[in-house]
Amino acid sequence: MSDIVQDRSSGFSISKTLMYAVLFIVAVIQLFPLYWMFSFSLKDNSEIFGGNPIGLPSKWLWSNYSSALLQGNVGKYFMNSVIVTAATIILTSIIAVMASYALTRMVFKLRKPLNSFFVLGLTVPLHSALLPIFIMLRNLKMVNSYWALIVPYTAFAIPMALLIFSGFMSSIPREMEEAACIDGCSIYKIFFSIILPLMKPAIATVTIFTFLQAWNELMYAVVFISDAKYKTLTVGIQSLAGQYTTEWGPIGAGLMVATIPTLIIYSIMSKKVQDSLVVGAVKG
Amino acid sequence: MVDRVLGNKKAIVFFLFPALVVFIGLIIIPIAMSTYYSLQEWSGFGKGTFIGLQNYKGLLSDPIFVKAAVNSLILAFASVFIQLPISLLLALTLAKGVKFEKSLVTIYFIPVIISTVVIGQLWMKIYNPDYGILNLLLKAIGLGSFASEWLGDPKRALAATFIPIIWQYIGYHMLLMYAGIKSISTDVFEAAVIDGSSWWNTSMKITIPMLKPVLNVSVIFAVTGALKVFDLVYVLTGGGPAHASEVIGTYMVSTIFKGNQYGYGSAMAVFVILECFALSILVSLLFREKEEAK
Repeated sequence: MSDIVQDRSSGFSISKTLMYAVLFIVAVIQLFPLYWMFSFSLKDNSEIFGGNPIGLPSKWLWSNYSSALLQGNVGKYFMNSVIVTAATIILTSIIAVMASYALTRMVFKLRKPLNSFFVLGLTVPLHSALLPIFIMLRNLKMVNSYWALIVPYTAFAIPMALLIFSGFMSSIPREMEEAACIDGCSIYKIFFSIILPLMKPAIATVTIFTFLQAWNELMYAVVFISDAKYKTLTVGIQSLAGQYTTEWGPIGAGLMVATIPTLIIYSIMSKKVQDSLVVGAVKG
Repeated sequence: MVDRVLGNKKAIVFFLFPALVVFIGLIIIPIAMSTYYSLQEWSGFGKGTFIGLQNYKGLLSDPIFVKAAVNSLILAFASVFIQLPISLLLALTLAKGVKFEKSLVTIYFIPVIISTVVIGQLWMKIYNPDYGILNLLLKAIGLGSFASEWLGDPKRALAATFIPIIWQYIGYHMLLMYAGIKSISTDVFEAAVIDGSSWWNTSMKITIPMLKPVLNVSVIFAVTGALKVFDLVYVLTGGGPAHASEVIGTYMVSTIFKGNQYGYGSAMAVFVILECFALSILVSLLFREKEEAK
């Protein structure tokens, strides 16, 4: 919307000042927990509980980070989260980009009903599959493994990934495929050398969306993983908090480590991150 | 010729097969299994006994489940009537073109992308009775008598648990609405300005009515999100003290994995699916009705 609406009374006015004050206070509220986490991740108890609960640390205690990463196992949890999240992203992207090609571009009778079938998946709560998947994993002796998380995360990421890919694919002009057909390309050649390269921005969106889902998921991670060897950050942080109940510094450091990758991605491409999370809502 | 290539049956199967296997195997079949388990009394080992709808009857007469279901509904209500109005007000203010508009949108959105476990751990420290900054703040401004155990106090645990949940997603709904407002043609607003309409008037009479489809989505997300809530409650209180902050998600997990009542817990899972489905339809109907009334 343009500035015209608001700038009729340009210059200073009480309501305008008040509005900026409120916007500023909201910004502080949104950012404060992050700042506070950063500051106490570098303090010792005597400082947090003593005279300086909110200010910057008087001495920057990087040793909190080494205790969290080493004694607290956060380094291991971090690697597990990276493995699970990366595998989920790769599987989801491959499976969904293939399926959405068939669902948006190819010609067959069941196309429409299949589309609606997958869209249904968007509304299914994780709860509904928790116990059955747990029992399947138990029967297959796959509880406490990376696959125990990767496969369900992929399944639940597919409906949204399909929605995102389909949006991008339906905007590709038909002439590209027609020209390729005249040149005698096979359907696989069309898909791999014409469609896939055009999907790069969509893959980025799907990657971000899936990253946030897998990196932050808790319910399945709590139930399917009890062995510290396979714990991801969300469950790991819970164990860390149990281990350091009275020492806040290392917990803060663990929380920072879990959050930094997300913050880096967000600071590099905040627009893309925002889009990836609202795209489903706007189209669905 | 294109149709022949694009109608290649083998290729269609090749492209769709992996997605169908994963989707059916891990979403559709499990829902069917949950429904099947919910009709049994089963401890998770050996064979269960078929008991028809007994588990569902049990839910209604289980005071803890009723409390959990009511708590989830309270959260849904609070999300719609506290969270969404804040989001809407922020979206309307930002979209009219303020200084630092883009940066403010970016900042307001940050809590959405942070892991709920991290948010939960942080709020646990904010609420800490001895060293938490909430009590420190209350003492500093002379309201020390209001300082409390927050999460440990059965009277306050529910509100203390719901505040972070509502706070975390304010930015999400704000962004949805902000994007919605930005997609309305500027001509509409320019016409309003020429007519001398104030910002408030324009918002109430033009922007909000035009934003209805987005608001519909927001309300559905807020309601179903509230019914599905698990993470923050699990981290902050685990549903306690004495089930004061119990929600269906936490009660289901403890019923199944601590109480070994697999059948009974499955009935809760099915209840959540049906509840989400029913309320989504209800919300959409309400929105449609309002539109027709105009």
